Amino acid sequence: MPLIIFALLVVLLAVGLTLNPRLVPSPLIGKPVPVFELPLLNGEGMFSDKDLKGQMTLLNVWASWCYACRQEHEVVKQLARSGLRVVGFNYKDKKQDAQQWLKQLGNPYQVVVADEDGRVAIDWGVYGAPETFLIDAQGIIRHKVIGPVSDQKNYDALMAAIKAISGNNL
Amino acid sequence: MKILLATGLLVFHLSAWAAPMDNFEFETREQEKIFQKLNDELRCLVCQNQSIAESNADLAKDLRTEIHTMLLAGKNEAQIKEFMVDRYGDYVLYDPPFRPMTWLLWIGPVVIFFIGLGYARRFIFQQNSAAAPGELSAEEAERLRNLQSELNLSEGGGNARENTMKKEKHS
Repeated sequence: MPLIIFALLVVLLAVGLTLNPRLVPSPLIGKPVPVFELPLLNGEGMFSDKDLKGQMTLLNVWASWCYACRQEHEVVKQLARSGLRVVGFNYKDKKQDAQQWLKQLGNPYQVVVADEDGRVAIDWGVYGAPETFLIDAQGIIRHKVIGPVSDQKNYDALMAAIKAISGNNL
Repeated sequence: MKILLATGLLVFHLSAWAAPMDNFEFETREQEKIFQKLNDELRCLVCQNQSIAESNADLAKDLRTEIHTMLLAGKNEAQIKEFMVDRYGDYVLYDPPFRPMTWLLWIGPVVIFFIGLGYARRFIFQQNSAAAPGELSAEEAERLRNLQSELNLSEGGGNARENTMKKEKHS
């Protein structure tokens, strides 16, 4: 009997070790995107939650100071090339730094919105970068990736969510 | 020298404890009190073992500013907590509410305690019953008889040996 209890404890703790405590499940999944309006990074107008609707969209939260964003950038580019609309959400960044970063690494984003003080990011429940939201055509948040999408686990989960929405169209 | 060193260590220790200071101003004492309370009760998402009052992380600073703005706008404690939970989930609360998602968190320790208590009780009870003689099955009675007869034999042998030893001493 004590051996069984010990074995159960070992299993429980082993599972606990594989979990990542930094992953905070988002309460926003299944809910409409928060209402917001932000200036575009290039200074040519504004972008609001209404502009997210109409088409399945990936909203990629990034910053030039964020190392993991650099790591995932190639995968973001590849997703954009596959035909998915990708919107960039520049988080707590200096405009110049952000533009320089895009010039250097390439710009896969249809548009980039700039949230310089991070105020809108709070409404999105963002607590770091990179984070990536999958939004369906009705403007409902369907999936959230915390950390780089280049990570295999994250990538697989994202692709599964995309397939679930588009029905293998992509 | 020792005293100097000790004082130095103490000072450094205290500086490590200093909470981040921002200059927030409030209209009423009540607002400030709620502000402090919320800051201590909300978890910093980036550095998860700190409350947003203790944390120097950028996001914690942003959230403090947000709470301050909402307080000045006349929001009460419950409204601000709801605002945070809507965005970051129950996770942001150090004192999460009782829900299907969290029932294990709340009940788990109590359940484990009672399992332990039951186990301990059984263990103690077993020890008591082991001390008291019970009824023997036919098989056990048979074995007991066998053992007893063996013991009698060896006792006799033992005595014999003792006798020889005594004899040896005498001679």
